Amino acid sequence: MATAAFAQEVVPAVWPHRHLLDLERLTPAEILLLLDTSAQFKEATEGCRHKLGVLAGTTVVTLFFENSTRTRTSFSLAARRLGADVLDFSASGSSLSKGESFIDTARNLEAMGVNAVVVRHKTPGTPHLLSQHLSVGVINAGDGPHEHPTQGLLDIFSIRERLGDLNGVTVGLVGDIAHSRTARSNLWGLIKLGAKVIVCGPPTLVSERWRELGVEVSHDLDAIIPRCDVLNLLRIQFERQNTRPFPSVREYAHLYAMTRDRLRRAKKDLLILAPGPINRGVEVTAEVADCPQSLILDQVTNGLAVRMGVLWLTCGPRESLGNSGGRS
Amino acid sequence: MATLLVRGGRVIDPSQGIDRIDDVLVRDGLVVAVGHSGTQPVGRVDDTLDAAGLIVTPGLVDMHVHLREPGREEDETIETGTRAALAGGFTSVACIPNTEPPIDTQAAVEFIHQKAARADTCNVFVVACASKNREGKELAEIGQLVEAGAVAFSDDGAPVQDAELMRRVFEYCRMFDKPFLAHEEVLELTAGGVMHEGLVSLVLGLKGMPAAGEEVLIGRDIALAEATDGRLHVMHVSTAGGVALIRAAKARGSRVTAEACPHHFTLTDESLRGFDSNFKMSPPLRTAADVEAIIEGLVDGTIDCIATDHAPHALEKKMLELDRAPFGILGLETAVGLAVTRLVVPGRIDWSRLVEAMSMLPARILGINRGTLRPGAVADITLIDPEMFWRVDAKAFASKSVNTPFHGWTLQGRAVATIVGGRVKYRLRDPAVV
Repeated sequence: MATAAFAQEVVPAVWPHRHLLDLERLTPAEILLLLDTSAQFKEATEGCRHKLGVLAGTTVVTLFFENSTRTRTSFSLAARRLGADVLDFSASGSSLSKGESFIDTARNLEAMGVNAVVVRHKTPGTPHLLSQHLSVGVINAGDGPHEHPTQGLLDIFSIRERLGDLNGVTVGLVGDIAHSRTARSNLWGLIKLGAKVIVCGPPTLVSERWRELGVEVSHDLDAIIPRCDVLNLLRIQFERQNTRPFPSVREYAHLYAMTRDRLRRAKKDLLILAPGPINRGVEVTAEVADCPQSLILDQVTNGLAVRMGVLWLTCGPRESLGNSGGRS
Repeated sequence: MATLLVRGGRVIDPSQGIDRIDDVLVRDGLVVAVGHSGTQPVGRVDDTLDAAGLIVTPGLVDMHVHLREPGREEDETIETGTRAALAGGFTSVACIPNTEPPIDTQAAVEFIHQKAARADTCNVFVVACASKNREGKELAEIGQLVEAGAVAFSDDGAPVQDAELMRRVFEYCRMFDKPFLAHEEVLELTAGGVMHEGLVSLVLGLKGMPAAGEEVLIGRDIALAEATDGRLHVMHVSTAGGVALIRAAKARGSRVTAEACPHHFTLTDESLRGFDSNFKMSPPLRTAADVEAIIEGLVDGTIDCIATDHAPHALEKKMLELDRAPFGILGLETAVGLAVTRLVVPGRIDWSRLVEAMSMLPARILGINRGTLRPGAVADITLIDPEMFWRVDAKAFASKSVNTPFHGWTLQGRAVATIVGGRVKYRLRDPAVV
């Protein structure tokens, strides 16, 4: 498909942002626009397998201050599928280890003429600070436990693909809510699209304060399973914890792992998601991870679709979108 | 020597119960009298300050200031910090000993005094370390530090975790009648924290510092001070629970005193939503309910005084990720404006209480002969324009640093002249009046 024709076909009504920093501050219409645009890309690339040239001449840098394989690969591949050049920049081995500030590092990359910065950092808010210091688009690829907007979008994308409208759907987010950026991005996206959200895990990982956002809080997985249409099983982030929030992995798995036994008590068409990497045997047993209701591999493919959609909307040719004056 | 007449201002001196339009006559660096010069002979006057429309108070005292020297001169020096004090209306500051090296020897106290004398700005009183090298392990040489002129003791920033050492500090300081200034924080509960633990920290995914982390140590130290008859002064109270603990202790007759910072009665944890490190301090900004409790504590006297916790940090240190940026903000040049705007203008406290909280009581807690305009007192005097609206401009600060969350704010009330020992050390020129 020719670039111009495709651009005209997927022109969004209004996409007023230059950056994608979080889902908390997006409107439901903006989230739907991201999802619909991503769906068009998935279709146009025949399941994210083919290449489009719509971002030819654009350079995207993945600036990762924290290790990642999956997300970075997905962003790189999505950018290449759209014809963009991709520059991978890792904190290790760079001048960051010589004491350069993250702002200076990003400004240097900007001076090299990149069009968008995909950033991952262990500290919440770092993408937001970068967006104040750079004139190019900033896409948050995960900032500590704060948000991981493309992960939230791809999870919701995968649910929508199976269930259509999210209105009235009950989604259980299970596990390490405290340290999970995936949980936060899912939570905002799901609430905005009308889903009912239950967060579930031990009180050391699931704060009662979530109720203040209209979310149900549960510490008993068995009690909520029969009510859920979707379960999203979040990884225990051992690396982010000062003190252990539960006595042993064995006890955690006993209380919260999604097992075949628990699956039997769920709705027949329960969907199971797990943002990788999964700890088999901790959050989910191998047989459940590989069961027909598991969307784990759909999530990976849809990650490409969502990242294509996000890259297109944030750094696509503004003049062809007809709203170049509307950048915020 | 020189005679100075401060004429026609509204003189407010709670130490004498004065609140009236009057003159203040100063001779040879000392207050002669508060009295109407039209009705009594004043003799020859070398200089006259027209204070009509201004408030005239005993010089303001900030008992919690980080001057950073020695060791962190890139953030602030004794000279720049005391110039910032003068610009904020303060005639006296107490400097906190978390310098490099820390102020735990007579030589270090002497260094501060000499540098302050050379700067020839405002009075600098030295708070010395309670423990050697601020390590919280052994008592510092408190007796010798008192001889060198230390007015109080504190390991601020490195809260004393060892309860036994804390008890020894209270016991030992008692023989010199010196207060211990306590930064109350249980470090196990706040490790890695960057802001108040609450809904905002939960949503932002930022590590929280729970209110209980402050309250647990306030509770411990009140118990230890009561058991030893020691003098506990709680620094920068930030939580409603902390205010309640201090109120209950005072009701029992404890000798506990407390201070609050302007940012803690002005800002809440909602400010962190922009991830700006100028809102990162310890104790952190709390909730709206805590802010209200701090104001109530100032209203009913549970919290004795206002102190700034002036904590300069060079720009490059604050322009970092939120977890790497240091705690603390500037305070000296915005304190009067914030106190007037937040407390006096809305009618929460009157001017007399404000002067008490910013001059008389901090002087009394530190045991320094300031905070009064009694005849014979050192003539430290602050003139405040209560009606002036002005815009905070960090770039125009006398401080060496610019780390204020109030840049661009419009405040009401500003010091327009600061007199130290009978000499006019600061006059506001070219005010950024709005």
